[in-house]
Amino acid sequence: MMQPIHPAEVQRRLESLKDQDVYVHLEMTTGAYAAHNDASKHPAATFISNAVIQYSHGLISGNGPFRVGLKMQQGWVYSEGLTHYEESEAERLILAGHDQQGKLVVALQLSREPF
Amino acid sequence: MERILVVLPHPDDEAFTMSGTLAQLIDQGAQVTYACLTLGEMARNMGFPPFASRITLPQIRRGELEESCAAIGIQDLRMLGFHDKTIEFEDKVFLDEHIHALIEEVKPDVIFTFYPGYSVHPDHDATGEAVVRTVGRLPEEERPPVYCVAFSRNHEQFIGKPDISFDVRDYTKNKMASIRAHRSQFNSSEIFGNKQHTDKEVQERLGTERFWTYKFESWK
Repeated sequence: MMQPIHPAEVQRRLESLKDQDVYVHLEMTTGAYAAHNDASKHPAATFISNAVIQYSHGLISGNGPFRVGLKMQQGWVYSEGLTHYEESEAERLILAGHDQQGKLVVALQLSREPF
Repeated sequence: MERILVVLPHPDDEAFTMSGTLAQLIDQGAQVTYACLTLGEMARNMGFPPFASRITLPQIRRGELEESCAAIGIQDLRMLGFHDKTIEFEDKVFLDEHIHALIEEVKPDVIFTFYPGYSVHPDHDATGEAVVRTVGRLPEEERPPVYCVAFSRNHEQFIGKPDISFDVRDYTKNKMASIRAHRSQFNSSEIFGNKQHTDKEVQERLGTERFWTYKFESWK
């Protein structure tokens, strides 16, 4: 079950996954029906799944919703709007941002094994 | 209609669009094969309140789909294992081979899918396109009719009125159960409140399902 983010716990997991090859799933979406439901909305979604990255420095920041930045040798991974994490996942870091209706808006996941 | 093939991309696509029709036709003796292309694993809805995560959602939706199919009476459910949101990018030969193999196996009297171009979600349009592309390659006398669902904005301006309509008021119980089965995707307490399937408002809202028979001469 996803729980509201406990930043210290997320930070601990970020530390345990740094300096090694990890699979990343990163996405953001307004939903495929955004413009169908409201013509003024601009539907956008993007995801990258199971790309391999390595970061030397990873931080969670903010007071909620939270931001995460991962510093890589040649660039950054950045995600804003994160609200929940999966507490029961010991080996992986599963983060998501849910809006007020509970819909998923953003997700950042890191794992030593592919998703 | 004895043998029916349903081709839709997401678990839950069947619920509002055709679950009543399928329940009715099954009650009259039809055998239904439902090919669901993906597990809807990229959905935004995670339950009301959220109980799923990106990790658990595929398995949860698999269970919801099985429950929905049981409520409708669907005898043969196939989950084809494509990835949500990617149908329009799939290799068309690969995708069409799957659909062609299903048609060869099931030999359907009718196929139900989405109307390409008028079904809002890119996966819906791409699924409908793959079906009409595959059926369109069959010799004309071997083509089963393709009944399409359409719901994009102003679609009737382009494709006219639906030519097929099913009165499914006697099957709103099945339809409600199909909708309720998809509990990660539909907030059924918000949709139905405490209303039963016999409620007049529910009967009116769910009691008719409409389709367009695809016209192959327009597919050039």
